[in-house]
Amino acid sequence: MTQRIRCAGFGGQGIVLMGRLIAHAAMVEDKHTTFFPQYGAAMRGGTANCSVIVSDGAIASPMVEEPDVVLIMNGPSLDKFEPTVKPGGWIFYNTSLIDREVERNDVNVVKIAANDVAEEVGTSRAANMVMLGAFSKKLGTLDLDTLMGSLDVQLYGKGDNVMEMNREAMRRGAALVE
Amino acid sequence: MSEKIPIGEKVLMKGNEAIGEAAVQAGCRAFFGYPITPQNELTAYMSKRMLEEGRVFIQSESEIAAINMCFGAATVGERSMTSSSSPGISLKQEGISYMASAELPVFYVNVNRGGPGLGNISPAQSDYFQATRGGGHGDYRVIAFGPSDVQELYDFTMLGFDLADKYRNPAMILADGILGQMMEPLVLKPYEPIPDLPSKQPWRLGDPSTPDALLITSLILNPGGMEERNFMLQKKYETIIENETRYEEVMTDDADVVIVAYGTASRIARSVMETAREEGIKVGLFRPITIWPYPYDPLNKLADRVKNMLVVEMSLGQMWEDVRLAVEGKARVHLHARTAGGVPVQTEIIRDLKKVLASKDGEIVRNF
Amino acid sequence: MGTTQMKQVFGMPEAMKAEGRFYCPGCGHGIVHRLVSELVDEFGVRERTVGIAPVGCSVFADLYWNFDVVSAAHGRAPAVATGITRANPNVVCVSYQGDGDLAAIGTAETIHAANRGESFVTVFVNNAIYGMTGGQMAPTTLIGQKSTTCQLGRDPAIMGYPIRVCELLQTLGGVAFLARGVVDSPKNVLTVKKYLKKAFQYAIDKKGYTLVEIVSPCPTNWGMTPPEAMDWLQNNMLDYFKPGVYRDIGEEATVEVEPGN
Repeated sequence: MTQRIRCAGFGGQGIVLMGRLIAHAAMVEDKHTTFFPQYGAAMRGGTANCSVIVSDGAIASPMVEEPDVVLIMNGPSLDKFEPTVKPGGWIFYNTSLIDREVERNDVNVVKIAANDVAEEVGTSRAANMVMLGAFSKKLGTLDLDTLMGSLDVQLYGKGDNVMEMNREAMRRGAALVE
Repeated sequence: MSEKIPIGEKVLMKGNEAIGEAAVQAGCRAFFGYPITPQNELTAYMSKRMLEEGRVFIQSESEIAAINMCFGAATVGERSMTSSSSPGISLKQEGISYMASAELPVFYVNVNRGGPGLGNISPAQSDYFQATRGGGHGDYRVIAFGPSDVQELYDFTMLGFDLADKYRNPAMILADGILGQMMEPLVLKPYEPIPDLPSKQPWRLGDPSTPDALLITSLILNPGGMEERNFMLQKKYETIIENETRYEEVMTDDADVVIVAYGTASRIARSVMETAREEGIKVGLFRPITIWPYPYDPLNKLADRVKNMLVVEMSLGQMWEDVRLAVEGKARVHLHARTAGGVPVQTEIIRDLKKVLASKDGEIVRNF
Repeated sequence: MGTTQMKQVFGMPEAMKAEGRFYCPGCGHGIVHRLVSELVDEFGVRERTVGIAPVGCSVFADLYWNFDVVSAAHGRAPAVATGITRANPNVVCVSYQGDGDLAAIGTAETIHAANRGESFVTVFVNNAIYGMTGGQMAPTTLIGQKSTTCQLGRDPAIMGYPIRVCELLQTLGGVAFLARGVVDSPKNVLTVKKYLKKAFQYAIDKKGYTLVEIVSPCPTNWGMTPPEAMDWLQNNMLDYFKPGVYRDIGEEATVEVEPGN
């Protein structure tokens, strides 16, 4: 099984962290993985995206041309990446910030009010974790516990409060798609 | 990461950072660098790790200063390193040429971006000529690796330091923005030097154990002297060609057409090969691992049985020239080239493969 | 008559090779080379000294100095010296530079090595002209002075002004010692030696950047006999390049930077 995933949103939404967590959790689960961030002039508020591949076998090209899954955190990213998804693939998108429907009818759509759920946990900054929780629960690509373990590694040194808020956001995201 | 470096274990690291840790493990004594995208994570990583290890890190005033600091460190026999991206590597060529002439070891990394000029910060392989032809003024070569994944960035950094020392010659990695920026699991292998690394004691400066006055220079004005040195260097390069040429062949045995690609382009080519074979197209892959020395002879042998080759590169036909040199007219060499941030797309390469297989004698397929 | 006991009162420093003789008559480089050699002996550091020969006439310093020498690219001596002394702090490094090397093509390297407080000795020979390449205008060429690239005399409206290096570097935090001397008389040569001695001491003690500028004649490229050149130097250069100590942090003080490790 090979899953090509793209995470996209605006700078500051923790898009790169989403990708790193998926890649790290994949490594912990002994899967093959590559992570590649769109990089550019350092800027807050611009668009951000990264691509991650998770596979049972060796990964040749790290480039994601036609993603199987997109995790979309804001409107411009949906406009940009909706057309790229492989037919039969998955679009997860953040309905807290996007008020339109997905136009394609050859893909699976999962609506997640990521910011709203994150605010219930205490901060809209954890919206990315809500999305990750929903993604992992729905598609079973990675175990939720592994992702939470990776969170400990990738956010090493953050306070207990922040960590727990992120974990809770992930759990709530997962609960949305159960 | 640096709280505890888990040597021997599998970790998830950025390519740029993997290069840095490999250099630390390989005993790099001093790192001299100047900021430029897309290699900034490497200088940032070294600024922390080198000081943690009680070693030297300087953010220099320019790329020219950085390479000349390496020059200084090399004269006293210490391992040093610098890194940059295309425009910065152009500036470093002055020092690299001097070091090649004076037979000083140095290891450096070019995380290639789009050019010419200021270009852009997108991934590219367009510094191929610069890396494989020496790069600066004069008759010289540098050992150049073209790694294709994060593990190879780590491994060839260690090997690069060793080969630089072994041959007293600059050695480098030519990477690109994708390799530098991507993360991939890699095993942080413990450093094991290659056998028979020669001692630097006989030639290093400032060493009280050699009280005679030593001279390190690249200036030879006496008639015939410089020519003599260049012939001596050339002999050394021939030894390097003999000992250090590295390449990989994948499924070339039954191939009707072979893709020749290195670095990131070779990974895309490998995916193409897998997909194309599912469609019944017999494709093989020839991957140069060292781009200097270049695997001319193995490619020449391959051309005895494979009559069509497609070069896939992120530069406008630079490596294409080497493949054509290698096959000596025995095979047709086609070209799929992208530049300055254009990354080869699998479907477009497969389209060109089909064109190659349908092409007539004498016809060369090109994507532009 | 008994045997006379002869005591040697003057001779060749151990750090100087007997055969090195090639500078033009009246050139200052030979004097300065010898002062450096004498100090290397006096500090007892010959075997751990590395001299840097720059591009210019003094690229042949290795023919004079009996200690290790590396020839650097034009202007890069301060970067090379930085690499040497950071990578091996035990080395005593002498960066010997002319005016073109130090104040034109190598200005950036000079300023930043000084600012970082790198611990090597900079010997800066200022003769207001490019020597080896045949008498071109230097950054220190005086206003009105003729050279092969300002044949009507240096015109500041077109060519800018002569750079005073000691004054330029004076404000930088990493500088421990800056002085300007002149090799126009035995007395002044001894003063230059005194300055250089302090620079050596500070460099060995890792106190920071040191530079001794030496105003020196170049009769050949000035188109003069050695005596005329000395007169011209005294009557023209010293008004603009005033000798003296420009910075001395004192033997107790250390500049506030970490000079290597």
